[in-house]
Amino acid sequence: MIVIARLTVKELVRRRVVWVLAALTIVSVGLVGWGLDRLVTLAREGGSGELAIRIGVSQVLILIAFMFSFVLAMTAAFIGAPAVGADLESGVAYAILARPLRRSEVLIGRWLGSALVVVAYAVASGLLAIAVAAFVSGYGPPDPPLAVAFLAGQALVLLTLTLALGSVLPSIAAGAIAVVGFGLGWMAGVMAGVASALGVAALGSVAEASRWLLPSDGLWRGVIYGLEPPLVVLIAAGRAPGLIDANPFYAASPPPLPFVVWSVLWMALVLGAATWWFERRDL
Amino acid sequence: MSNPAIELDGVVKRYGRTTALAGLSLAVGRGELVGLLGPNGAGKTTTIKLILGLARPTGGSGRVLGAPLGDRGARSRIGYLPELFRYQPWLHAREVLALHAELARIPVASRRRAVDEALDRVGLTERADDRVSGFSKGMQQRLGLGVALLGDPELILLDEPTSALDPLGRTDVRAIVRAARDRGATVILNSHLLTEVERVCDRVVILHQGRTIAAGPLDEVVAADGVRVRVTGLDDTGRAIAAAFGPAEVDGEWLTVRALSPGRIPDLVAAFVAAGGRVHGVEPSGGSLEARFIELLAEPSSDRP
Repeated sequence: MIVIARLTVKELVRRRVVWVLAALTIVSVGLVGWGLDRLVTLAREGGSGELAIRIGVSQVLILIAFMFSFVLAMTAAFIGAPAVGADLESGVAYAILARPLRRSEVLIGRWLGSALVVVAYAVASGLLAIAVAAFVSGYGPPDPPLAVAFLAGQALVLLTLTLALGSVLPSIAAGAIAVVGFGLGWMAGVMAGVASALGVAALGSVAEASRWLLPSDGLWRGVIYGLEPPLVVLIAAGRAPGLIDANPFYAASPPPLPFVVWSVLWMALVLGAATWWFERRDL
Repeated sequence: MSNPAIELDGVVKRYGRTTALAGLSLAVGRGELVGLLGPNGAGKTTTIKLILGLARPTGGSGRVLGAPLGDRGARSRIGYLPELFRYQPWLHAREVLALHAELARIPVASRRRAVDEALDRVGLTERADDRVSGFSKGMQQRLGLGVALLGDPELILLDEPTSALDPLGRTDVRAIVRAARDRGATVILNSHLLTEVERVCDRVVILHQGRTIAAGPLDEVVAADGVRVRVTGLDDTGRAIAAAFGPAEVDGEWLTVRALSPGRIPDLVAAFVAAGGRVHGVEPSGGSLEARFIELLAEPSSDRP
């Protein structure tokens, strides 16, 4: 399993995926830093108060995190979908699977190697962007490690889904299903929030169930919570305690522990199901 | 055959409604070099996949190197060159072999030597540190052969090992395969290039529609020859004479007698002449694996041994 994980990391380095991600990190963090610096400088020149600027920066940071979570999800899908599927389609897998190793070792080894790269990208890019934002604006979110951990968790959910689907379906189909699933999951999360704010219990429970079916949106709430300044939470609670739940860029509390445990279990179950099927598949 | 390398007993493999193997029985002794032949779709590649555990039989049973089909432990003693040979294009040739040496559980201390030996055997030492992406198809097939030979496995399964090679490469492969057999390995050579098989194999197994239609030492399979004779002036007597020598068919003036050894052809011609026939032409059929192969495929299934 470790051999396959090592091979996967080597592949992502040799195929320049890692270098492209590193370059994208530098470029995007540079743009974030420049954009926030301009925003803060111009706002101060315009006479805005420090508190308003900090709240503004925190909200921009959450929007940037949302964009980054989407980029990360796409990256996970692009890495995960061909990890097993493309080797089966090209024939590379035949010589490997004829060796004395379990097919589960190939599948889990591919997951481990891919997960290492995706998590490293999420952590490096996420923390660097937050650090640069803090440097240029003076605002630091309350819990950057928590936000980045949930960001990485969300990417791992997508990676697990695409890799599992890629061992059953053609890579392109696996990637497409995962990306659509990610989008639908986010929409369902928004629906759950709106349904809750409007008191539509039936719709709320369906939307909530979809969060458990694909936990990416639930984990996104953890990212927001880690980036949201406590002051915003307090103001929101005081002004519109019900309606604010409908905002997809607002979270008053982190995802509950049972949900986090379920997310880990969900990945294990999806990988387990893919392994079960892959072990029995005729090649 | 005691302790055979491969033993398949009534193996059936179906993919949906398609039957790839329809009760295949096969035994290959240790140290044999066997050619697995058959037209496209005969079940050759399926047979190899079942031996390796890449696919599971629908019915029947089998053992490979003393273990059940698909046994993981046995796979550490098997070398395999797939028909669809593709290796990680972003690795160097040496890295591909090192990866397979690790996966094949070759002890760490002897891995480097095993890799160097494999590179040398297939003539890739000079290109060992080049990326596979820059290799021609023939070179990739050589690399695949090196992967299959890595660590001197007990059983070597080669699925169309010369399909991408030039005549020089094919000669090399013949030498490599013979050398493997000489050091005691069992080799299964799956090919539809009959001349290749004819030149190296001790025994052939011919598959057709998922069944064995002929098997045995090469000279025995090929010896089941026949003859076509163009004879006039005999009418039905000619057919009766021919039938006395073996299974006979009439096609106009041509009489074909199958399963007739070359030594009996003069006797057949003499019998025609003695009965008053005029012999215009004699064409011994067979004499080569290819001719025998074509004959066997043309036979109705009830006539097969």
